[in-house]
Amino acid sequence: MCGIVGLHLRNPELYPKLGELLTRMLREMEDRGRDSAGVSVYGDPAWSPAGSAGISLLGISDDPASVHAAIAAALPGAAAAVRKLDETYVVTSDGDLDALVTAARAAYPDAVVAGFGHDVTVLKGVGAPRALAEAWGLAGAQGWQGVGHTRMATESAVTPSGAHPYAVGPDQCLVHNGSFANHATIRRELQRAGMTFDSLNDTEVGARFVAHELEAGHGVHEALTELTRTFDGFYTLLVSNADSFAVVRDAIACKPAVIAETDDWVAMASEFRALAHLPGVENARIWEPEPEVIYHWSRQEVPA
Amino acid sequence: MTVTFDLARTSLRAVNAALHVPDLAGEFVITNPFGAHNVAVGVNAPVKIGIEGHVGYYAAGMNQQAEITINGNAGTGVAENMMSGSVHVRGSASQSAGATGRGGLLVIDGDAAARCGISMKGIDIVVGGGVGHMSAFMAQAGRLVVRGDAGDALGDSIYEARIYLRGTPKSLGADCVEKEMRPEHLAELGGLLKAAGFEGDDPASYTRLGSARALYHFHVDNAY
Repeated sequence: MCGIVGLHLRNPELYPKLGELLTRMLREMEDRGRDSAGVSVYGDPAWSPAGSAGISLLGISDDPASVHAAIAAALPGAAAAVRKLDETYVVTSDGDLDALVTAARAAYPDAVVAGFGHDVTVLKGVGAPRALAEAWGLAGAQGWQGVGHTRMATESAVTPSGAHPYAVGPDQCLVHNGSFANHATIRRELQRAGMTFDSLNDTEVGARFVAHELEAGHGVHEALTELTRTFDGFYTLLVSNADSFAVVRDAIACKPAVIAETDDWVAMASEFRALAHLPGVENARIWEPEPEVIYHWSRQEVPA
Repeated sequence: MTVTFDLARTSLRAVNAALHVPDLAGEFVITNPFGAHNVAVGVNAPVKIGIEGHVGYYAAGMNQQAEITINGNAGTGVAENMMSGSVHVRGSASQSAGATGRGGLLVIDGDAAARCGISMKGIDIVVGGGVGHMSAFMAQAGRLVVRGDAGDALGDSIYEARIYLRGTPKSLGADCVEKEMRPEHLAELGGLLKAAGFEGDDPASYTRLGSARALYHFHVDNAY
């Protein structure tokens, strides 16, 4: 089944409440999947300090001090910080993003890179969404955009690398409700193009496909249009990056989705009940996205 | 006297149980549904029920006799398998509205999404706006009235249900064809529009669609 939630804030007055709102949304979708969960938080001042680069790592058994030593050693001249949020290690550096990713991969070649970028922190794990949100301290998070996923596994094992979001490009994130039918074929094609995969999960193929399209210089709209032409299956996807928030469904559109929009925010969820407590929802424009129509919002400039 | 149930304070199970007691009578209001599933399902009594807010899946499902009004949007499968009575959605409805319904009247003031009236078996559905793709798929009996447009494959593999469409279908499904509006159809449609509160519409501005009955018998493509 799986549940998806996403909140793109337009009104900066709501930024301090992002974590609280996202936590409630995620909890409401626990009935749709409780074997694992994950979130992407954009713009939290502690997890992703302004001007820093960050990476989220899973599958590390060292203590935070050892992780700091192992990664910081490879980053001369840059100050690094390590934070352990439940099972996810969030490493930030005031240096270059590529250098941080390279250093982290070199120090922990077996770790799963859950996400990386200048603005995003990705947390994921195995367990009930509510318990994970509590362990991460999600309710205290701040920022301008958040995405969450509650998983009921169908296509790959229940492991941290099988949990969503898939955040495989800088500041990118993709969550999925459904299943891709031809992911193995597309995975092989992407592997031939030089891409490596962390899991056997179908959604990871979708995320790497989108990342590949964006890297080739296509916009989000074009990338998702190409995805609808390439992927077969039943899917509702929420795709975000440092600038945008987008939703797309397959042609059959049997996987649920509802979008709500006000002057203060745009929100999407698998079911309305995840949106029912958002401030001002009673006056929101609420609709169900049409099949194969790409709904895309860009970040508005924050007023000075 | 109107009895009010507040779903913020009373569990859904308790509310539905209270609506299932024998010889139920009177009027009921359900507040704060917050998108909950299965609100007011399985009611079998000549009562009035108002739901104040948006509901989740299967609201008013399997209804018999009751007159249920949802002052909000409805999720998947509103009034699914309704037997009799009426369900009125003042907002829009998600997919599979009125699915498999055998009787009664479902009115949706806004739009209905995909698969509205899928496998309907006698229910009447009147949609104020448009309907999504695959609406009236395998519809067996009853009437589907759409005041707006319809998505792809309207009436695919339809049996004997009748569709009245005012707008344009994106495409018609297999074996669904336009049919002549005879006087009895104009009268039938006029009655449905009146029952749904759209008596201002001119029935002559609608098109009747139904089964070409070409799929009723198997035709072998490669006969020797």
